[in-house]
Amino acid sequence: MSLGGARPLNPFRWLGGPLLACVIATMLFSAPIRVWGLHLPEPVFAVVPAFAWALIRPSILAPFAILLLGLFLDLFWGGPTGLWGLSLLVAYATVLAARNMMTGQSRAMMWVWFAGVTAVAMAAGFLFSMLDSLATPSLIGVFWQFLATALLFPFAHRLVDRFDDADVRFR
Amino acid sequence: MVFREGPLGDLKVPLTWTAAVALIVAAVIAVAFLLADRRETLQDHAYGVTRQTVDVVAKPVSGAIAAPGRWTGLGVDFFRGYLFTASENRRLKAELSEMRQWRDRALALQDTNDRYKALLGLRTDPPIPMASARVVSDSRGPFANTRLADVGSEKGVVVGNPVLNERGLVGRVVGVSTTTSRVLLLTDIASRTPVMIDRTNARAILTGDGGPNPKLEYLRGVDPIQQGDRVVTSGDGGVVPRGLPVGAAVKGLDGRWRVVLFADDAAIDFVRILLFKDFAQLADEKQLLTRSLPPVTTEDPQASILGPVPAARTGAPSKPVAIRPADAPQTSPKPTLPKPVPPPAPEAAR
Repeated sequence: MSLGGARPLNPFRWLGGPLLACVIATMLFSAPIRVWGLHLPEPVFAVVPAFAWALIRPSILAPFAILLLGLFLDLFWGGPTGLWGLSLLVAYATVLAARNMMTGQSRAMMWVWFAGVTAVAMAAGFLFSMLDSLATPSLIGVFWQFLATALLFPFAHRLVDRFDDADVRFR
Repeated sequence: MVFREGPLGDLKVPLTWTAAVALIVAAVIAVAFLLADRRETLQDHAYGVTRQTVDVVAKPVSGAIAAPGRWTGLGVDFFRGYLFTASENRRLKAELSEMRQWRDRALALQDTNDRYKALLGLRTDPPIPMASARVVSDSRGPFANTRLADVGSEKGVVVGNPVLNERGLVGRVVGVSTTTSRVLLLTDIASRTPVMIDRTNARAILTGDGGPNPKLEYLRGVDPIQQGDRVVTSGDGGVVPRGLPVGAAVKGLDGRWRVVLFADDAAIDFVRILLFKDFAQLADEKQLLTRSLPPVTTEDPQASILGPVPAARTGAPSKPVAIRPADAPQTSPKPTLPKPVPPPAPEAAR
């Protein structure tokens, strides 16, 4: 393969930056604040890079970055270790498998895809959580977190837009 | 790139396949972590060094993030207090007059209670020490409901300690480092707490599911619960002391009994950690060893508790006489009745 159009991405830019942003956003939203008796929403910011990284290009480093992000979520939120790592990897694998179908779609359609991938991550979390704790998580709680996460699509769109054309071999 | 221009530049690796292999390896690692997890086992060593390190690092960062929110809340409270002083004063006066009645009733009940305890020779539980803590982070998702508090083993907190706020039970400590404690909330999917219905003493297990209202499972007895019944801890199993307020029973939309937690009505950022280990802590061992048991007294068969027996009995049975405790013969020295004292202030470390 000719390297004429190849501009290999700097991992610190396309993996490190979003990873750090997710960590900071997660910490911000975990502040113990209640407004008029209501808690802050708790979206899973890590779904954004899991969706965008798989769309930008297949990578060896990205799955491990997602695992790292998932482990951080488990440790920081105090959940079972490995739960979000595994759930996010399932979502990442889904996008990687359906990558050819997603590319070139309209923004609205991509939002639908993002919501679908979020639903896959939440369903995986629900299932693994059920197996780990031998109890059924609240479906209403799962729905609220899904809704809060699905609204994060603009961030995923921006990330994809920024790095999608960086390496023409993966167009 | 140096790598591309080197001797390995012509090496052709099918990236999609290597990416798939990387994905599988990462998934295997995640599964191994999940299988090895034992966060809900209430064992000290189950809360690993990694979690402790993350908590220690997260404490100052989350504390700094939460500070502006806390300051804003204090500012809003200040302005609200300033603007609504008159209405607040009226409300407080009404509440005070109602509370005075309750205070008189509480003092009378405490007097009665102290007399019963003295008569029965009951030994009261010593107060359990507490540690006040500030919550620096709060996770509320469906799969994890925990809080990070800013006190740890340096204040005597250990794994298993119950955590309360001013309204009721919040959860229990599942992980401790030197300066932080991880609190598993009652709403967490891994939380199981033995409780009872205050009105009927019916036992149940309060089971979290990630939603705001945990379920009451294994509810025993015939018609044991009604809407609005007060739910308190039962003390069964020795994990938490008996009688801590938990919430009020409600029938959920799914037809199951659930609990609206009292703790939800209180501020989110302060908790009290009860330094309770087990029920052995409630007994004063020194006193148990030194205190002599009261003498065993038996009733004199010749003497009647109804007073002196008349020498000549008539055939007709005598009319039953109501006995007052003061009329009954004293077979043992009358215990000194303690004077009523106002209810003790909470033992929170302030």
